[in-house]
Amino acid sequence: MASSVSAIAERDLPARYKGLGRRRFNSFLGTGLALFCALVAAASLLAILGYVVRQGVGAINWEFLTDVPHPIGVPGGGVGNGIVGSLIIIGIATLMALPVGLLTGIYLALFGRGVLPESLRFLSDVLSGVPSIAIGLFAYALLVAPFKHFSAFSASFAFMMLMLPLLVRTSEQAIRTVPQTVREGALALGMSNFRATIQIVLPTALPAIVTALLLAIARVTGETAPLLFTAFGSQFWETNPGNPMAELSLQVFTYAISPYPSWQAQAWGGALLLIVAVFVLSLGARLMLARAMRGLSE
Amino acid sequence: MENAQPGGAPQFRRVARFVSPTDRGFAAIVYAGSALFALLILGLFIELLLGSWPSIAKFGPAFIWHSAWNPIANQFGALPMIYGTVVTSLIAIILAAFIGILAAVYLADFAPRWLAAPLSFLIELLAAVPSVVYGLWGLFVLAPFVRTSIGPALQSVLGWTPLFSGPIYGVGLLTGGLILALMIVPTVTAISRDVVAAIPRDLREASMALGSTKWETAMRVVLPAARVGVFGACVLALGRALGETIAVTMVIGNRPEISASLFAPSYTLASVIANEFTEATTDIYISALIQLGLILFFVSVVVNALARVMIWSVRGSERTL
Amino acid sequence: MTAVAAPAEILATDDLSAYYGEHKAVGDVSIQFRRKAVTALIGPSGCGKTTLLRCLNRIHEVLFDARVTGRVLLDGHDIYATDMDPMRVRRRIGMVFQRPNPFPTLSILDNVLACGRHGLTREQKLQVAERALRAAALWDEVKDKLKTSPLRLSGGQQQRLCIARAIAAEPEVLLMDEPTASLDPIATAVIEELMCSLAKEFTIVAVTHNMQQAARVSDVTAFMLADETRIGRLIEVDDTSKLFTKPRDPRTEDYITGRFG
Repeated sequence: MASSVSAIAERDLPARYKGLGRRRFNSFLGTGLALFCALVAAASLLAILGYVVRQGVGAINWEFLTDVPHPIGVPGGGVGNGIVGSLIIIGIATLMALPVGLLTGIYLALFGRGVLPESLRFLSDVLSGVPSIAIGLFAYALLVAPFKHFSAFSASFAFMMLMLPLLVRTSEQAIRTVPQTVREGALALGMSNFRATIQIVLPTALPAIVTALLLAIARVTGETAPLLFTAFGSQFWETNPGNPMAELSLQVFTYAISPYPSWQAQAWGGALLLIVAVFVLSLGARLMLARAMRGLSE
Repeated sequence: MENAQPGGAPQFRRVARFVSPTDRGFAAIVYAGSALFALLILGLFIELLLGSWPSIAKFGPAFIWHSAWNPIANQFGALPMIYGTVVTSLIAIILAAFIGILAAVYLADFAPRWLAAPLSFLIELLAAVPSVVYGLWGLFVLAPFVRTSIGPALQSVLGWTPLFSGPIYGVGLLTGGLILALMIVPTVTAISRDVVAAIPRDLREASMALGSTKWETAMRVVLPAARVGVFGACVLALGRALGETIAVTMVIGNRPEISASLFAPSYTLASVIANEFTEATTDIYISALIQLGLILFFVSVVVNALARVMIWSVRGSERTL
Repeated sequence: MTAVAAPAEILATDDLSAYYGEHKAVGDVSIQFRRKAVTALIGPSGCGKTTLLRCLNRIHEVLFDARVTGRVLLDGHDIYATDMDPMRVRRRIGMVFQRPNPFPTLSILDNVLACGRHGLTREQKLQVAERALRAAALWDEVKDKLKTSPLRLSGGQQQRLCIARAIAAEPEVLLMDEPTASLDPIATAVIEELMCSLAKEFTIVAVTHNMQQAARVSDVTAFMLADETRIGRLIEVDDTSKLFTKPRDPRTEDYITGRFG
């Protein structure tokens, strides 16, 4: 029906209006292409996810989660030491990054104008774009080469560098979004800047800062490159940050490029663990962000 | 009296924001934290420069255009890695820009709400997938697929060009580019979608009121208006592709050679560091590898500064990535 | 306290000018504020009345690039003197803002006690809070939900909470920056009533752009106007009844008769 009506209209239209049918058709094609692109992007995630789950689920069992790697030819073994290593390395990185990032964020939010803060912002943005492998080289040059000894701590240092830009800029913004009137309200009561910041401003900004922290942790959880020449990896239960240490994503990498099918199978299991960890962190960040938004709108 | 003198510059009363001992201590700690942060970044640059100094001193600028990478003979030239990095990143950005921008336009202007939210969510999760997982998938799924399907198909149509000639290994420039494309699509999509969504509605309505279709409006009015920000998104994504390490290392083939064919194995700046650094024995070898890192550092600084200036110019400096 | 100024005046400015960067927003204002009276600052938007108010407790200088010249005397002492601690000044001169700004993460009770009454027992703190909330005519409405978030309160209640928070610090002067600007007429009436009753205990300086409000609540009214270079000037100060009936300056007359502004 509709098409016949438009066909009549088309014939009766003045010449300058003609070609609408063709334009409609092109638009229809274009929209379809755009939808297709969006679907391709989303579907590739599902493809990767599906494959990792299918390959990885079989590898995961209690021994896989709790045991150390076995030598080639000895069946079984797991990535327990890698999981613990990840927790230690990321934990130390977080403990170092949080104070530095938060203090710099506070500095930028409170003293935000002028040449110095602007250049610090620029440096921070530059750092966020520096490839993680270059940051790994820095950690190596600073903390491995002088001691001629790989260490988990040097990996934590590299991770801290990777976490900092996100923490700095997000905590600055979070503190800035706390309305100026709230801060002035605190100062007008005779509070010191210190108390106003710690007691009033930071708690208000907390959900957004936690969001940034979760995202930063998620980012380094999936990071492998700087570990190659800092944490180095280990076959044993190693908990001393001064020594080389196993790390989950590093184990996945090592197993994946190994020629042994049993190790490759374990790589899929490790990949699944990594994906689960990263997704849980991202989801947590998303929920936290929703809460931050709600807190401000009320 | 500290009052303003008529005609003279006013004498301002001293303003002390941080007077109490607690506040002074607080300010000192805040300054110290920020100074440490600045120091870390400067330290990064200085350490890379110091580390690569022996190599810079020995090879000079020729390091960049020498194509021999032979550690045993102590010959080091970065050209094959630069070539591999550029080619894989170009493949990635061309594909990712096409898919990402169209997906962004769809999400911002066309998608119904019930579809836009979950699609955006999936695409943003794609950005969170660890690099090593992309690499694993690339090595065991994508590379065989390139060898058996994509490669032969391309060769049968375009095999007459040097780009698609020669044996297909599966791992190589094309596979590296494809996996990179997958990794940077979320960056392009997410930022472009924000930029496109920030284009004022009156612009769209003005175009629609002239009788344009929604698609024509998106292509002729909205995208041109958003072009600076969208371009910035692509440059930022390019920066990521240039520095990406692990996934590429797993599918690039790791051979320091320049070859016209996209099916040939190659090497990138980042992956040669990843592969050879812990095995490097001589000081000059280590130094040459660190110099590759320094090149990577410079490229990323330039590319990111460019991208951020562009994105800021349209969106303000609100969002960080 | 050595009384240099006349005892009737607790707060005074002497040739006070306020700047934002290079821009002079308030120029050469000398004014005295009478003890335990309500002084209203009126004038059209942009005449510098809020800036002047913000100079009186040194909250002006919190903003980037904000500066002052001249003196502000509290009981005869210059609050901008180098040995003056701005925090102590603000403790003695409380402030209520244009929009209610309760601290979002603190409970209602903690908001009232936020001025930090240290060294009090729990009982005493509760007493302080109750007294402040009663004085702000809010006690009956919140006494059962002292531990809840202030964000659930209505705008008028939030503003009264902010008043309670300010007076819990037992200041000598209370500055109010258009305290009813964001409130509906009923909440406004409650706050106005409150201002009259608080004047028995505190010296109040209130900015308002609403002349009727100034006439209703204030004892003294000061009229400000921006000159052609956008510098806010004090035009006239007088008892409210006189200023509104027999203004001395033709510009004041123009304003109160509605000829501009």
